[in-house]
Amino acid sequence: MDKADVKVKRTPKEYFTLFLTFFKIGAFTFGGGYAMIPLIQKEVVDNHKWVTADDILEVIAIAESTPGPIAVNAATFVGYKFGGFLGAFMATLGVVTPSFFIIVLLSSVISRFQDNKVVQYAFFGIRAGVLALIVKALINMYRKCPKSPVAYFIFAFSFIMVALLNIKAIYVLIGCALIGLTASFVAKRKEAKK
Amino acid sequence: MIYLELFLIFLGIGAFTFGGGYAMLPLIQDAVAAKGWLTEEELVNFMAVSESTPGPFAINMSTYVGMEVGGLPGAVIATTGVVLPSFIIILIVAKFFAKFKDSFVVKGCMSGLKPAVIGMIATAVLSTGMTVLFPAGFALATFTTVSFLGALVIFGGSLIMALKKVHPIVIILISAVTGIIVGFVFKL
Repeated sequence: MDKADVKVKRTPKEYFTLFLTFFKIGAFTFGGGYAMIPLIQKEVVDNHKWVTADDILEVIAIAESTPGPIAVNAATFVGYKFGGFLGAFMATLGVVTPSFFIIVLLSSVISRFQDNKVVQYAFFGIRAGVLALIVKALINMYRKCPKSPVAYFIFAFSFIMVALLNIKAIYVLIGCALIGLTASFVAKRKEAKK
Repeated sequence: MIYLELFLIFLGIGAFTFGGGYAMLPLIQDAVAAKGWLTEEELVNFMAVSESTPGPFAINMSTYVGMEVGGLPGAVIATTGVVLPSFIIILIVAKFFAKFKDSFVVKGCMSGLKPAVIGMIATAVLSTGMTVLFPAGFALATFTTVSFLGALVIFGGSLIMALKKVHPIVIILISAVTGIIVGFVFKL
């Protein structure tokens, strides 16, 4: 990535426009992540021309392969390309702010209606619906994941450790990263020997 | 120090969440269950709220847990914690993109984390499934109760809709209405 475009001087007004644009993206996408990508493309590439169509594909690829919410990753990246650290900060703040306020308001409303019979029955149904959404996410991720003996091993290993043996998820994830690294290293050594 | 705990927990969640929000559930469950902050049912209820309100799922979940545990300051701290790792990592990546893309260590770690995400979501399916279908614990007698059968039917119908790419918000609405009807008809 060339650094020239990062050094562009932006006016305070332009930073505010960046904030507003990501505020809008945060406020109008449901479920986050993948649902957000078309809107980001429309705003950032077509409307404001802050990054090129090629660059945005790169941004999405990076956003998907680094930890953290895809929307936050994409906002930080686009903001950085727009105007360095301050740009990254404004874009990220913009995408997070709508969720934050909506949830703060909702959480007080929810606890007030928690004892209501209708609400309880509704949540009884909703919980079963959410279970279906998670199963769907599992199927999607399984389809997208590269298949290899190591991948199958890690899949089984992480499930057994966390779900059945109650080991803390974060330790298991660190372990899986190390297994992946070791497996890649072994594969590289084998390749070199050939 | 509840705020420090919240911050550190969500920092860890932000650093180890890949591939969309659901993979973070075991991490949240670890924290929430260990501290007794929320019940399993409250957590599942709130997943539905996170799905049906705008914004990234992970942000919604952290703001909510933070708010429940430590009020407004808790919400600010949990949300900051979950965002910070992404923010820092992306800044580094944006600066050294070429090096990052070809880094052997990054690629190797990612090759281990991608399948682990599936393990995490599978864990979320198991724990959420227990909460939804066997809220009072697993027992044979449960299989014939109206609440078990009702939940099973709503789950099955929702799964068919989800696989047919019906929008999640529509699925949640239909599940809510069905839940209300089943609840009142059978006086759960």
